[in-house]
Amino acid sequence: MKALGCFVLAVTCAWGQSPVQRAPARAANIRNPMEGDEKARRAGARLFARECAECHGSNREGYGNAPPLRRTEIYQAPPGALFWVLRNGSLARGMPSFAHLPEPQRWQIVTFLGTPGFP
Amino acid sequence: MSCNRVLAIFLFLPACWAAEGPFIITYTHQMEEPRNLEVTTKNVTGKPGDGNRFVGSALEFEYGVNGWWTTEWYLNGQITKSDSTLFTGYRWEHRFRLLPREHWINPVLYVEFENISGADKALLEVVGHDGEEDLTAPNSEARAEKKRELEAKLILGSHFKGWTIAENFIAEKNIKHEPYEFGYAVGVSRPLALAARPDRCNLCPENFQVGVEMYGGLGTHDDFGLRETSHYVAPTVAWTLASGTTFRVSPAFGVTDTSAGFLLRFGVSYEFAQFGRRRR
Repeated sequence: MKALGCFVLAVTCAWGQSPVQRAPARAANIRNPMEGDEKARRAGARLFARECAECHGSNREGYGNAPPLRRTEIYQAPPGALFWVLRNGSLARGMPSFAHLPEPQRWQIVTFLGTPGFP
Repeated sequence: MSCNRVLAIFLFLPACWAAEGPFIITYTHQMEEPRNLEVTTKNVTGKPGDGNRFVGSALEFEYGVNGWWTTEWYLNGQITKSDSTLFTGYRWEHRFRLLPREHWINPVLYVEFENISGADKALLEVVGHDGEEDLTAPNSEARAEKKRELEAKLILGSHFKGWTIAENFIAEKNIKHEPYEFGYAVGVSRPLALAARPDRCNLCPENFQVGVEMYGGLGTHDDFGLRETSHYVAPTVAWTLASGTTFRVSPAFGVTDTSAGFLLRFGVSYEFAQFGRRRR
């Protein structure tokens, strides 16, 4: 009974975590090879408008189940964790995987997401 | 709902990127994004040995129900030179993503019901002993044959360093009599550039994807194997405009005596974002 209680508690806690928080440490520690690259940030903005804005809003304000991305948790998230979320999605929350985008394009989006106030 | 209202819904829906890769026959594990509607035409033209040139078409409506379930509705038709133009039936299919996260190999289960006539020439898959002979019967005879079939596919897909690799294993059964028929489709593709450019453009290399598909029949459950089966090798190219419209073209070359010698496949896709969702 105690074990079942712990399991339920663990599942409840995991459910409450955002997809970024669920990224394994090994994935979160991967560095963004395009960090600080202005061209990558601009390309990321274009990719965001194309791939993500329809759910998260063109100003990253969020809508419905899609959370806002213009917030401290995202700006301060390890780039590797954002990359992990893009690769795996979060099916339970309705976010599909974006693994079909080549890795450099996913890093471009991460570069854009990590930049406060842009656009 | 009036026609004007339906038209208005389509006109004012935002379009989005319909870049699902260059494959026309092979499915990857990529699902339609939730609540997006993609409209695609898939066409094939060819001239079977003793038959007349034909154009087979399928109009496809693909909808993302949620992150792990995509459903598609097809309306099929064909035109045969010196013969007639026919509506040949419909297909309804579902794809279910089996694993929630991305892995080296990602399985998707596909199930489909199709209600088509023997005159259907959309050739969306090759199974059993399908061959060039099936394309030569006059429409008036071929349309009399009713095909109500169930089809299942195991779709396996991988993405590796910009490459997309997909394998499909197909089992099909006419619900009345006919034996189980089997087939396969495999494909590999890659965009011409992996990183995106910062500026909007139509001709950037990342907007082009090239690949090659191979598909064919594997006989039936009592005659399994490659004997008297058709197989095709098909290079394929997709070009996605900045507006999101994707064009695909794929010449397919038959590699066995049973296959049609040459088929040209082509199609266009356009995706409507957040179909049926109230806009802000």
